[in-house]
Amino acid sequence: MAIAAVFRTCPDTGLKVHSHAENLIKANAVVAVIFLAVGGFFGLLVALTRWPAVHLLPADAFYLVLTAHGANVLLFWILFFEVAVLYFASAILLNSRLAMPKVAWGSFVLMIIGAVIANVAVLQGESSVMFTSYPPLKAVPHFYLGLILFAVGMLGAVLVFFATLVIAKDEKTYEGSVPLVTFGAITAAIIAVFTLASGAVILIPTWLWSMDLISEVDPIIYKVIWWGFGHSSQQVNVAVQVAIWYAIAAMVLGAKPLSEKVSRAAFLLYIVFLQLASAHHLLVEPGISSNWKVFNTSYAFYLAVLGSMIHGMSIPGAIEAAQRRRGLTQGIFEWLRKAPWDNPAFSGMFLSLILFGFLGGITGVVMGTEQINLIIHNTMYVPGHFHATVVAGTTLAFMAITYLLIPLIFRRELVFKRLAKWQPYLFGIGAAGISLFMMGAGTLGVPRRHWDITFTDAPLTVEMPGTAFLMMGLNGVFAILAAIGGLAYIVVVVGSVFFGKHRDEAVAKANPVIFDGGEAVTQYGSEGTIRIPGTIVLVAIFFTSFVLYYFVNWKYLSEVWPLR
Amino acid sequence: MAIHPPADRIWWNEKLTAPEVIWISVAFVWGLIMFFAMIYWHAVGDQNLSNEAYKISPEVFAERTEAMVEKYKVREEGDTGIPVVRPPAGSDIYMLGRLWEWWPILELEKGQQYRLHLSSMDWQHGFSLQPANINLQIHAGYEMVITITPSETGEYSVVCNEYCGIGHHTMVGRIYVVDKKK
Repeated sequence: MAIAAVFRTCPDTGLKVHSHAENLIKANAVVAVIFLAVGGFFGLLVALTRWPAVHLLPADAFYLVLTAHGANVLLFWILFFEVAVLYFASAILLNSRLAMPKVAWGSFVLMIIGAVIANVAVLQGESSVMFTSYPPLKAVPHFYLGLILFAVGMLGAVLVFFATLVIAKDEKTYEGSVPLVTFGAITAAIIAVFTLASGAVILIPTWLWSMDLISEVDPIIYKVIWWGFGHSSQQVNVAVQVAIWYAIAAMVLGAKPLSEKVSRAAFLLYIVFLQLASAHHLLVEPGISSNWKVFNTSYAFYLAVLGSMIHGMSIPGAIEAAQRRRGLTQGIFEWLRKAPWDNPAFSGMFLSLILFGFLGGITGVVMGTEQINLIIHNTMYVPGHFHATVVAGTTLAFMAITYLLIPLIFRRELVFKRLAKWQPYLFGIGAAGISLFMMGAGTLGVPRRHWDITFTDAPLTVEMPGTAFLMMGLNGVFAILAAIGGLAYIVVVVGSVFFGKHRDEAVAKANPVIFDGGEAVTQYGSEGTIRIPGTIVLVAIFFTSFVLYYFVNWKYLSEVWPLR
Repeated sequence: MAIHPPADRIWWNEKLTAPEVIWISVAFVWGLIMFFAMIYWHAVGDQNLSNEAYKISPEVFAERTEAMVEKYKVREEGDTGIPVVRPPAGSDIYMLGRLWEWWPILELEKGQQYRLHLSSMDWQHGFSLQPANINLQIHAGYEMVITITPSETGEYSVVCNEYCGIGHHTMVGRIYVVDKKK
């Protein structure tokens, strides 16, 4: 077989790069960015409509655009990018060829067809059913069909990923265990199978129902299974984004996990427990027992949360250990102060880590507490929480790794380097702002997915507090900031991919993107005398915030009307 | 590095450092505390959702609601024609959600218990009591029953916080909480 002909050797890493893998990574990443641009634009329109002083769109357009925003960014942008990451973490990191490139291309085409069909259905105007499409709200049949085709395509990509692992093992392209990043990707892929299967199990009958072939879809059963898709797909994102954090820390700083055992065990906790999260959406539903709710909403004793908390120490710890080994040992935080904050891959990764943990993680656990959900369910707090996880966390992490994929896979130098340097900050601060102000509005009772909180057309007057209006206005301001950050990302990516300087071997030598600090940094991990006091302080701050915020919310709950 | 196979092939025998062991233990115990907090609140807390729910057809639920309105209607709200109902303390009270209103308006006494029945006539709705900020998910075909005790007098709004079509943002209702009759 003429396998050698389709490989090149990466000048940065010395890894063999399979041309099919490389092209598929490029194709999926490019399409992902297109959907981010489209979905992000819709998101800006949503935020400007919910800014009471602006109130941009009419009601029907608002609900349409809100549906389109969810599908394009939460599904299409993220999942296309994840396919790119899966191929990177298998074929590239394992030094292997990609299995079944034809299946991979077929999946890619199927995902595009599905995404386009679903978009057409939404834009036609008869399918403003929101991302969740809860029955008995009914969309046109091709809305569901588009999502089903997209899911089948994604399943094909996951299959290619697993097959590549088998090939790499069989052809002995690497020695010992797979890299931690690949392990994280395997975690994501396993959860993805469960996720996509759940999606199929519920979307296929719903599709048949939309064509009147089935008389009824029970709305509560729908929610239990749909959220096995809707929430579990966010857990895929968590696994991928954590893998990316490890990858960037390794590539930019040469950070090695403090302990392979601990980090891998934390990923295993995700596989075993994350799927229970469907319950987060069912806590104030009739007909579901508290026993079921308590067990599932807590991922059985919060064991998946334990996984995330472990990563929350391992990753900054790995960075601190690498930096200290390099001699940045002054005080508690010199390693952090002198981190490469002007490298957008690093700054994006670290902001993603901090914002995801503090804003997304803590609030997710609090609102997922069975009783506390009573004062949060379906308020603006909910989109506030998941913009912290999916925008400030996942999307920012994906943006950060893009700054490494462009030189390594697209083999181009970045253009507009100053803009790239500022991009993670613009986007991260914007995303943090929208999360915080939406959550603030939610605690004041502002409903989500709602066109008009002045209730002008309602038969009875409703008065929302003035602060709530202020919060929604600030949400709009920060949405503009995030949109500018998103636009900066797209300008840098498109500019670099099409017009960046070709990165031949000479350029790669002159301007390496992979840390080359020699063996000392990469080999020893936590061995020796390296201490991580800075990480311990960060973790202590995190834990204190977590505990305080958790009990504050019990206090809020205890003040509302007694009910039982 | 995390992008290479572990240098130490027998990585599962690595010893853990003290900060790792401590943090994993703290995080695990914290998880247990949060888990048992929910159970504890079921035992001692005042805000728990009942597990009482029934399957019910929208027609039957509407009949029961209308029967209550007929029996206990005290007035109409302004010129809206919406009935205001004042059922006796301790009784079963009904509120239905439909495109696009919460019906009828209830007038309750502060500090008294009521068994509140909620259901939808059509699509899913979100019962969101403001400014108390109590939020419940309401389905057609399912009747949720909770015992509530209004703790403050005043005019409360019920807004819908589950998207239910183009009139969603006009779907509102009201609950008055008044002092006990002398």
